[in-house]
This record gives sequence, structure tokens and C-alpha cells, in this order.
Amino acid sequence: MSFTWKFTAREIAEKPELLAPGHRMCSGCGAAIVHRLVLKAVRGPTIVTHPTGCVEVTTAIYPYTSWRVPWVHTAFETAAANAAGIEAAFKALRRRGRLKYDHVDVMAFAGDGGTYDIGIQALSGALERGHDFLYVLYDNEAYMNTGIQRSGGTPLGAWTTTTPAGTKIPGKPEPRKPIEDIVVAHGVPYVATASPAHWMDLVVKARKGLEAKGPAFLHVIAPCPRGWRYESSKTIELSRLAVETCVFPLWECVDGEHKLSAPSKAIALKPDLKKPVVEYLKAQGRFSHLFTPEFERVIDEIQRVVDKRWYLLLKKCSV
Amino acid sequence: MLTGTHFLQGNAACAEGAIAAGCRFFAGYPITPSTEIAERMARRLPEVGGVFIQMEDEIGAIAAVIGASWAGVKAMTATSGPGFSLMQENIGLAAMTETPCVIVDVMRAGPSTGQPTKPSQQDVMQAKWGSHGDYEVIALSPASAQEMFDFTIECFNLAEEYRVPTILLADGFIAHAWERVVIPPPEEIKVVERKGPEAPPGDRLDLVPPMACFGRGYRVHVTGLTHDERGYPQADSVEVQRRLVKRLCDKIRANADRIVKTKAFALDDAEVVVIAYGAPSRPALKAVKMARENGLKAGLLRLITLWPFPEKDVIRLSSHVKAFIVLEMNYGQLVREVERAAKGTAVTLLSKLGEELHTPYEILRALKEVC
Repeated sequence: MSFTWKFTAREIAEKPELLAPGHRMCSGCGAAIVHRLVLKAVRGPTIVTHPTGCVEVTTAIYPYTSWRVPWVHTAFETAAANAAGIEAAFKALRRRGRLKYDHVDVMAFAGDGGTYDIGIQALSGALERGHDFLYVLYDNEAYMNTGIQRSGGTPLGAWTTTTPAGTKIPGKPEPRKPIEDIVVAHGVPYVATASPAHWMDLVVKARKGLEAKGPAFLHVIAPCPRGWRYESSKTIELSRLAVETCVFPLWECVDGEHKLSAPSKAIALKPDLKKPVVEYLKAQGRFSHLFTPEFERVIDEIQRVVDKRWYLLLKKCSV
Repeated sequence: MLTGTHFLQGNAACAEGAIAAGCRFFAGYPITPSTEIAERMARRLPEVGGVFIQMEDEIGAIAAVIGASWAGVKAMTATSGPGFSLMQENIGLAAMTETPCVIVDVMRAGPSTGQPTKPSQQDVMQAKWGSHGDYEVIALSPASAQEMFDFTIECFNLAEEYRVPTILLADGFIAHAWERVVIPPPEEIKVVERKGPEAPPGDRLDLVPPMACFGRGYRVHVTGLTHDERGYPQADSVEVQRRLVKRLCDKIRANADRIVKTKAFALDDAEVVVIAYGAPSRPALKAVKMARENGLKAGLLRLITLWPFPEKDVIRLSSHVKAFIVLEMNYGQLVREVERAAKGTAVTLLSKLGEELHTPYEILRALKEVC
């Protein structure tokens, strides 16, 4: 994939806001920042489909909408399938010469519940069929819309209302599903991870995903002050810490070739920069029960899981 | 068990009822307004040696429940409209395989995502007809937090007794109402346990056959294909299909008198009868009392069992009452069943769509118009 497109910070700022202000997302909501930034990367006519979730609910409260692009609220399990239908129909229109645009970008935004769990069948099907669309996973690591239940994206040791820390379990007993690796295994042209703390990297990756010929997948970490239990001014700080501790390394995979993105590459080249996960965990109330003698061992386990995945990623990136 | 008097949310009372009934397996998926049932079960089940699993979706939730039930554990799930829709194929499987299980559907306003936080009674017909093919289910309709507790136990008992998926059709009002709930000591709670087989399979042709769970000495073959009394597929046999489907339906229809429960208020000399279920039965009671104070001969028939439909009560009343007023938080669903049974007696629907509940005054006004 040849790629020459660039944006300056000024150009990004001057681009229209396609997600209108006045939506009802919480203050400090990571997902709000993610959506706003991704929408800065559109290259022309764009259609967005959105399954049930925090962002769907909060951006479309009668009689208002925050969406300045055509927008569909689809069923919880069908973001990718709905996008597939839109994309394939436009392809058919183009084939018959009835499309007045050079290209119409189709984007699906879905949360972790709509991606890791209920939506994975539709996602896998759309990736395998090769629809030309961008799927953005805004990952706040639990079902925040229904009040903080665990998802396949909830990390090991995190408290949620359905993985309550107590005498039986230390929060969620399982590590999260490696959704981005599952997507890579489908052999799609573009997969990347991103963090709102590295906003330029995020916007550039969104644009690359749109320009890729075929399915593209962008996995963005989206801290949630309510569900992660932290002061709402710390969202960007946590988005950055997730990268610095290698809990959420930044990379892209173009046509099957993994490549570290700059913030994570710096850590790979200078391992002293890698912060211990405890710095990330202690900043969040959802992990507070781990800082007791009873569950301290889980912190070591989390560090071990993070180190192991980081090591495997470095190998994939030939570092 | 938490024997004693509590101040509980309807959903919490439901979870406690399940535990009291012996439920030790819950598989679910978060959905408003039922999520508190899953949340409570996530905390409570490990305390009583049970298992809570949050599944990847509602299809998985009901399928896990069917698996757990065949493994020999009383199992349940809880959901709301969209999730209930996703469960329908497997509810048909549970009916076909005669799997005892309890599904709580806390109804919210639809279609589709509708109004997630607003109560309704819009899944009444879906509860009966949601899956394909001919089958019968049992559905109960609670009208208080106490009944969320009591009827959940009743659902488990009926599910075990008739080997049938049983649905607690609650609405968002009742599920989210905080009320006094009395949890009796265990010895005062009637709990039906599953009957295992004592004879070789296929020897007996009871309407409700005993259930051979996994690992209890029988080679168990569970299938959604048409199957004979031993459980083996007979997908081509007209006779086996006829026999099986008839029995799946008749085991409920023939026992309807034993299953069906209603509550009567001032029906003896009533000329106009209000028929209500779930949350609207509360303002209905108030309205009928007010009507009586006004000298109107009004009565209330509250449906506790929705499926099988309590048609005999309606048929009996229709021989002498002037009219029925049916209250529903939908655009007219169970009213069709009332009309069918009322055989010509006037039936008026008082429909509520969205978050509103009927007020006693509205019902009284309707009573005055009809009387």
C-alpha cells in the first residue's frame, strides 16, 4: 500500500467537526475523543453505522443528533454486517454507473461488547468477504452503557458488576481476548491500534484504514471515567500510560506485516522507558482491590501477561 | 437463603427467588432493564456454590442454560426484548427437547431497541409464538417485587414439573420497583425437583416423560430434530412428528387447569370486568375499588398465568358480564385472546404505549363509559 497523505495539526483543527458538540457523553469520555478524531480523517462522502452502545445512545437523543454524516443505528450484533450491506450496495450502484461519487467511505464504530462478544460473528464474516470498510473499535473494556459489566475486552483483574472482586474472584479472572490478532488472522489489508493520547497517529491510522482496499480495523483504547473509576481529567493521561506500560502497544499491520508505531517503537529501542503496569493499575479504581495482600499476586500475573504479549509483538515486528 | 423481610428491587427479588428455588446456574448478557438480575446472580451464586457466566450474547446465554439443565442443574437466564428475540430459536429447542429452564424477560418498549429504560408489555405474543413450529410454553406475570420472588420460584417448579421452558414476563416497572419482600424459611417454600427415569427409555408414554440428565446411567441423545420416545431422530416419520408435537402441546393444554392462576376481585356480581396483568393490575385494583364506591358493578380479573391463556375464566365471565376492559402496555396483544374467549361480549382495549402506566382515573372513566 503506497501512502503519501499527511495532515498537519492545523489542518486537522480546521477540518469540519462531523461529530457535533452537545452530545451527552460523560465528561472525560475517551470514546467521545476517539470518534471526534477518527471523523477528522474522512476523505469525502462517508456513511457511519453504529450498533447499540454508549456512543449510539448519547449522540442520538431525541430530538437531536450529533451526526453530520448519514448514520444508522443497527442492532447490537450487526455493525459489520450492516456496513457490508451498505458497501456492497454502493459497489453495485457504481458498477451500473449510478454513483455520482468517486468513492463513498463506509465506517462502522462499535464498542468492545459489540465487537469482542455479540458482534464478532458479523465482523468475522465481513472481514472474510473482504468488504471495503473501516471498522473502528472504541474499547472502553466493559459494557458501560448497561452499567459496567465485563466483556471479552475487560482485562484480567478488573472489577465490573458481573466480575465483582470478593473472596472468590479477584475481579475478572481471564485476560482479554486478543481481538486485533484475531482480525489480523483474517488476512485483511490494514489493522492498527491507536490511543487518543497520540492523536496524530490515531487520525493518520484512521485515514490509512479508509484508503486501504478492503476491510480495515482500528482498535482504539477509550478510557471510561465511570467504569474505570478515575477522575475524568485523567483520560489522556491513562491513554498514554496504557501505551507506556505496553498494556496497549501501538502498531499497525499492513498486508500482514507488523510494524511498531513511534511511541511503542521508542520503548522497543530503549526498554528502560517501559513503565511497570502497576503505574497504570493504581491510577484506576477498578483495580484498587488488587492492592491488598490477598490479591497482590494478580498484579504480577498482569505484568507477566503484558510482558509476554509485548515480547511476542516485538518478534512479530522483528525488533 | 436470605430468610427475612427485605427492602428489595424487583430484579433482586427475582434473583433471590431463583436461588430459593434451587437455581445454581445463570448464563446471561447485560441488557436494560434486566441487568440487575445478572449482577445479583454474579455476586450471589458463588456464595451458594453456583455458577454465573456472562455469555457473548443472548443466543449463547440460552444455549448455555439448556446445556446446564441437561447436565442436571436448575438453570436460568434473564433478558429484555432484543435479547428475547435472539433467544427464540433456542427457546424452540428447549421446548422440542423438553428442557426445564427459566427465562426472565423484563419487557421494555420496542420494536427494535425502542425505549430501553421504559417499561412495556410488548413481548406477550412473542413469548408464546416467538419460535417456529407448534409448541407450548408457560408464562407468568408478576405485579410486585414480592411476586418477582414468588413467581420465579413458581416458574422453576412449573419448568421442572412439565419439562418446559417457562417465562417470567415482567415489565420494567415491576422489575425496578423497590418494595418490601418477605423471604420465608426454606421449609416453607415449595420446591419441585426433577424426576429422573426409573425404567428403560421409551417404555412409558406419559405426557411429561422423566428426564435422564447426562451422566445418570442413560445414553442421552438430545436433538432438535423430530425424535421418538427414546430421543432418536425420526425426521422422516409423519407419525412420530404428529405424536411428538401433539404431546409437546398437550402436556400443557391438558394440564392448563392445574397451571393457570388468576386473581379475582369483586367478580361475583360484576357487570363490567377489567382484565389486567403485570403493573397495570395495580391501578386496575384501585380503579375497581373506586368504581364500587361510586356504585358501579365493576370487577377485576387479574391474570397471573398468561400462557396457557386463562380462557376458562374469561368464558365463564362472558356468559353474564356486559363488557370487558383489557389493560395492556402495548398496542393490543392479549386482548385478542380475550376477544377469542369472550365470544361476542364487548371487549374494550385500554392501551398504553411508552413509559406511562394507566392511572386509576383513566380506568374509572372507561368503566363509567361502559357501565
